[in-house]
Amino acid sequence: MTTIAVAETPLVLSLLRLADTALVHSHRLSEWCGHAPMIEEDLALANLALDLLGQARALYAYAAEVEGAGRTEDDLAYLRDAPQYRNVLMAELPRGDFAFTILRGFLLSAWAHPFWQAAARSADAQLAAIAAKAEKEAAYHVRHTGEWTIRLGDGTEESRRRMLTALETLWPYTGELFEADAADRAMIAAGVLPDPATLRPAWEATVTRVFDEALLPRPADGWMQTGGRSGRHTEHLGHMLAVMQHLQRAYPGCTW
Amino acid sequence: MYTQALNQADTGPKVIEDADKLARFEAKIDAEERIEPNDWMPEAYRRTLVRQISQHAHSEIVGMLPEGNWITRAPTLRRKAALIAKVQDEGGHGLYLYAAAETLGVSREELIDQLLTGRAKYSSIFNYPTLTWADIGCIGWLVDGAAIMNQIPLCRTSYGPYARAMIRICKEESFHQRQGYEIMLALCRGSAEQKAMAQDALDRWWWPALMMFGPPDAQSVHTEQSMRWKIKRFTNDQLRQQFVDATVPQAHYLGLTIPDPDLRYDAASGHWRFGAIDWEEFRQVLAGNGPCNRERMEARRRAHEEGAWVREAALAHAAKRRARAAAAKIAAE
Repeated sequence: MTTIAVAETPLVLSLLRLADTALVHSHRLSEWCGHAPMIEEDLALANLALDLLGQARALYAYAAEVEGAGRTEDDLAYLRDAPQYRNVLMAELPRGDFAFTILRGFLLSAWAHPFWQAAARSADAQLAAIAAKAEKEAAYHVRHTGEWTIRLGDGTEESRRRMLTALETLWPYTGELFEADAADRAMIAAGVLPDPATLRPAWEATVTRVFDEALLPRPADGWMQTGGRSGRHTEHLGHMLAVMQHLQRAYPGCTW
Repeated sequence: MYTQALNQADTGPKVIEDADKLARFEAKIDAEERIEPNDWMPEAYRRTLVRQISQHAHSEIVGMLPEGNWITRAPTLRRKAALIAKVQDEGGHGLYLYAAAETLGVSREELIDQLLTGRAKYSSIFNYPTLTWADIGCIGWLVDGAAIMNQIPLCRTSYGPYARAMIRICKEESFHQRQGYEIMLALCRGSAEQKAMAQDALDRWWWPALMMFGPPDAQSVHTEQSMRWKIKRFTNDQLRQQFVDATVPQAHYLGLTIPDPDLRYDAASGHWRFGAIDWEEFRQVLAGNGPCNRERMEARRRAHEEGAWVREAALAHAAKRRARAAAAKIAAE
């Protein structure tokens, strides 16, 4: 089996965007397992990775069902190449140091929590069910990464320097979280997805609250990177997928 | 996992123990009562337990590395989730075993320092590489299988905190063992290439798994004291035989060949008799010359060193919070 071409109706595309973001972020978090600064964080980062992986699986399974082409969650995860991936760019950036991982987790979960809260009231019952579970997980992710953001921002000189570096790298990727294209607008109009503009106040409030306590500046919104949601990625995603998809590509059509 | 520490000599200073206290302690052991952290215990008992529990904890932590090696390459999302959860469990086992060791008056930091400076050992098995996905199946099936044989009796070990930790650990390990066997089953029912992968992994892991039980009883002089104190309840050879008897039929069910030309069923005793173990290989791996000893220790040291600034920042932040809370309290008074 080679690379598949998914028929991306607005709903399928929306589900893939959410699933890919969760899977790719989960993958980056899982790279820490066994290498974290303390055993407690080996466990905690693995927890976040498992939550996101669970969300991705539910979303892929639903996307496959909606597409109706008889595909599985694994077909969608393992048999699409980078240009077919629809995750936001922030999720795919390399693991980085612990400051980078924590800050990325915080910025993404501060968006995911209000997103899932709103999606729990979706007109699409299946998405609403997935959201109801994801909302609770995202709340924990905000708490865990937020607490570490505060510790590292207001810790030592070195931890603060590392957080500022991470912030400088990550901030230009936050704009993509609030984009809406024609597919999104169709889903918003149908009451399936929340309008990202409505999520911004909650995201801003969480970021401001935590950054204030972490003594970190909220950067000005300059030029924002974009492209992941339509398949134009960074150089990093191809490498990640080459590793992740290795067995499915080397031994096509096998059951594992 | 991993009672290899019980085969090491106790090199600590000889202490002349109070005869009355010793008699009471031994009576307790004989009566199958648990020894608890605040109870009096002989120094050699304490040292043996610290060595055993910490080596067990280190084994769990180092054991995260060979399996973690396949997290990013797991072939399906279901396998990926199971593997992350499994490696996470190992970290959890390490954490509460360190906590159990701390009840004996030694800190986690001290124990980790012993590991990173090479003064403490961990199970020999984790110095072998995970080369294909089938290795993840084999580790679950054989390594966790061997660990369970070792650990079930430890649920009744005489030291209370260790025995209680083992009960939970055993439940999780037996789940891991079933997951590993299920990976092997999927491979053996799959394509010819998948089955070859499974056989190759068994060929590489079989003998190291048998070595996990430690040297033969005839060479394991320290077993005797540990058995008298009921830290250990079966000998290395008894456990090894039990493992072989349980595992050979499982390999046959998979349609795999155990890499031992001398393996035969002894109908009279009901045991599977196996060939000679290469104890020189075992000694070499323990001496630091296994295929991955250096890499494993380097990976642990790197994680520890690269995480130092995080641990320092957490302490610095906690100190700032305490200082602010104290200042606020004074201001309020």
